[in-house]
Amino acid sequence: MAVLQLREALRAAMWEEMERDPNVFLIGEEVAEYNGAYKVSQGMLDHFGAKRVIDSPISEAGFSGLGVGAAMMGLRPIIEFMTWNFSMVAADQILSNAARIRYMSGGQYSIPIVFRGPNGSAGQLGATHSNSFEFFYANVPGLKVVSISNPDDAKGLLKSAIRDEDPVLFMESEVMYGMKGEVSDHPDYLIPIGKARVGREGKHVTIVTWNKAYWTVMAAAEELAKMGYEAEVIDLRTIRPMDIPTVLQSVRKTNRCVVVDESNPLASIASEVAYRIQAEGFDHLDAPVLRVTNKDVPAPYAKNLIELWVPTVDEIVKACKAVMYAN
Amino acid sequence: MNGVSGVYCPDLDHLQLKPGFMAKKNQETGHTAVGQTNGTAPASAYDSIDHLIDLAPIEDNDHRELGLSDEAVCDMYRNMMLQRRFEERAAQAYGRQRIGGFLHLYNGQEAISAAVRHVLRIGEDQVITAYRDHGLGLALGMTPNGCMAELFGRIDGYSRGKGGSMHFFDKKNGMCGGHGIVGGQIPLGAGIAFGLKYKGTDNVCLAFMGDGAAQQGAVHEAANLAGLYDLPVVFIVENNIYGMGTAVDRSSATLELYKRGEAYGMHCGLINGMDVLQVYKQLKQHVEWARKGEPSFVEIRTYRYRGHSMSDPQKYRTKEEMENRQNQDPIIRLKLYLENKGLATPEEIDAWDEEINQVALESVNFAENSPFPPVETMWEDVYVQQDYPFIN
Ligand SMILES: Cc1ncc(C[n+]2csc(CCOP(=O)(O)OP(=O)(O)O)c2C)c(N)n1
Ligand SMILES: [Mg+2]
Repeated sequence: MAVLQLREALRAAMWEEMERDPNVFLIGEEVAEYNGAYKVSQGMLDHFGAKRVIDSPISEAGFSGLGVGAAMMGLRPIIEFMTWNFSMVAADQILSNAARIRYMSGGQYSIPIVFRGPNGSAGQLGATHSNSFEFFYANVPGLKVVSISNPDDAKGLLKSAIRDEDPVLFMESEVMYGMKGEVSDHPDYLIPIGKARVGREGKHVTIVTWNKAYWTVMAAAEELAKMGYEAEVIDLRTIRPMDIPTVLQSVRKTNRCVVVDESNPLASIASEVAYRIQAEGFDHLDAPVLRVTNKDVPAPYAKNLIELWVPTVDEIVKACKAVMYAN
Repeated sequence: MNGVSGVYCPDLDHLQLKPGFMAKKNQETGHTAVGQTNGTAPASAYDSIDHLIDLAPIEDNDHRELGLSDEAVCDMYRNMMLQRRFEERAAQAYGRQRIGGFLHLYNGQEAISAAVRHVLRIGEDQVITAYRDHGLGLALGMTPNGCMAELFGRIDGYSRGKGGSMHFFDKKNGMCGGHGIVGGQIPLGAGIAFGLKYKGTDNVCLAFMGDGAAQQGAVHEAANLAGLYDLPVVFIVENNIYGMGTAVDRSSATLELYKRGEAYGMHCGLINGMDVLQVYKQLKQHVEWARKGEPSFVEIRTYRYRGHSMSDPQKYRTKEEMENRQNQDPIIRLKLYLENKGLATPEEIDAWDEEINQVALESVNFAENSPFPPVETMWEDVYVQQDYPFIN
């Protein structure tokens, strides 16, 4: 065990997997000479050389498609998006190509590719730079979507993602890169994709969340504890495939659930979690499932507005009290 | 379609570019490349950008011969100074955390926007650019107060605090935005030109991008559309040598970015962006072509003095390189011109500078005193419909 920043945990995962398999390479904007826009890939160019740590022009569609093509030839590309917002420029390569070539080729081709980068809001970045894309990509069969909340999961899940035979979209967060935590240094530390984690045990209400919203939820859970309510917090970690059994197990205990999702509400991951709970756990519910999401508008720039745009501690506490019929 | 005969590409020999205009990737293939010029190879490619990108020549321009009045040249100076001072105040306010998120400064590139101010028919012609948009906004006539309030995220900002630094919009003056997705604004530039043409006007659109943005697919699609539909647009690459920390020879397979216009049947132009009269002269020609439905692809070589944004350690360039370019500062250049031509005395210029300094200071005051946007404004401006049923 070592205490690492989240960015260091990601780097350790890439580093170890690149040492292990010469077919793994990293490409993206500023990943090499600049050592990463957020310093995730610091030192990797020096260690692995320019053949395997590659600076790309600002051509997301180009280098994403290049990655898919390289994967068809047996390489295992790691594509870094400076943020997931910019993956929209490359969406066709991910949706039409990465996700569907195995299927369209009747299983002849594997696309063992990882697309990774920070996701979601990070302060006053405005309408185009603040979005979460779990809901968008998780809708697509052929893709797997991971969205992490801490350094240990970052490492264990990124290693699994790199070794996966299918495309994995790996979502981080700018504001968590400096977060420190204990991380396994076992060379085969692999957290299975598709397993949720119970981050806090409790018996009064289940809160389902992922990525940095997890930390807002944990703060809300502390507030609730002060009022005498113990929340059970589930970090989904993987959005597709989604670990609904772990959610249901908790709901069977608490009979109440709130989903906290840092994206817009319509057709969101929160909607899906709520649907699955009512479909598979209806008899265990003592209250409707509620969700706390971003406000249903584009991200505003102004400081006072962006702070209210994302799920807040107050809103989460309020929703939990509502499903507990507490006041 | 413009026939190839209509294509104007400056001849490289005529420009006397030093060797070193080939991208660095060609080093391996044996082309004369960065760091191999005249046997005086610098230790690294970053020792001097002169070996990387040469500035186009500046002619011995006289503003009257270019059709500019004395007052117009003085205005160019004052406007460049306003841009510079405004951004210096913005940087300070960022340090005091009055401004958040990204702040991309235009310092060093002001000759481009100041020339645009006099080339265009403000209010009729249109401009679209990326996030490095303060200079063009102020040049088009956006007020320093409204701009600073937007940077502060206050209700009196041009976008009521919703846009911030990256998204300056001012419909009245033809400022079609400040855009954040690199290259994404360029198809809009073609579309704005399409709209201007469709409505039967002879107005034009200038569509700005960076050297980094020139590598985006959307740029190439838009350029082809403009060539195909004869759109009244001038695509302008503000080549400041770097896209974040990546020098242009590491992002582009070839370094003559302006020549891309050739592929799309349009006029090409290479301009030295450190001299406002030179920019004015050449840009004017491209705008005249655009008014006749002949689009252009123009590269203006310039330099940004500040980091990419406010948190850039700038390890990718040297102090000498910076000083070299700052020695060609367009504002100082024009100041000397004004004095030499007897258009203004040093005392007069000092008085302008002081006045502009006050204007910039006052904009900070104005922004400080402007209220934060009321919470309910968050749900405004998403749709025209006032009672749109948002989901909670
Ligand atoms: C599609 C997309 N990819 C990446 C980014 C991140 N990014 C913002 S600015 C920038 C560099 C752009 O450089 P250039 O076009 O030369 O403009 P300059 O900043 O020099 O004005 C990058 C990579 C982005 N905003 N959008
Ligand atoms: Mg640039």
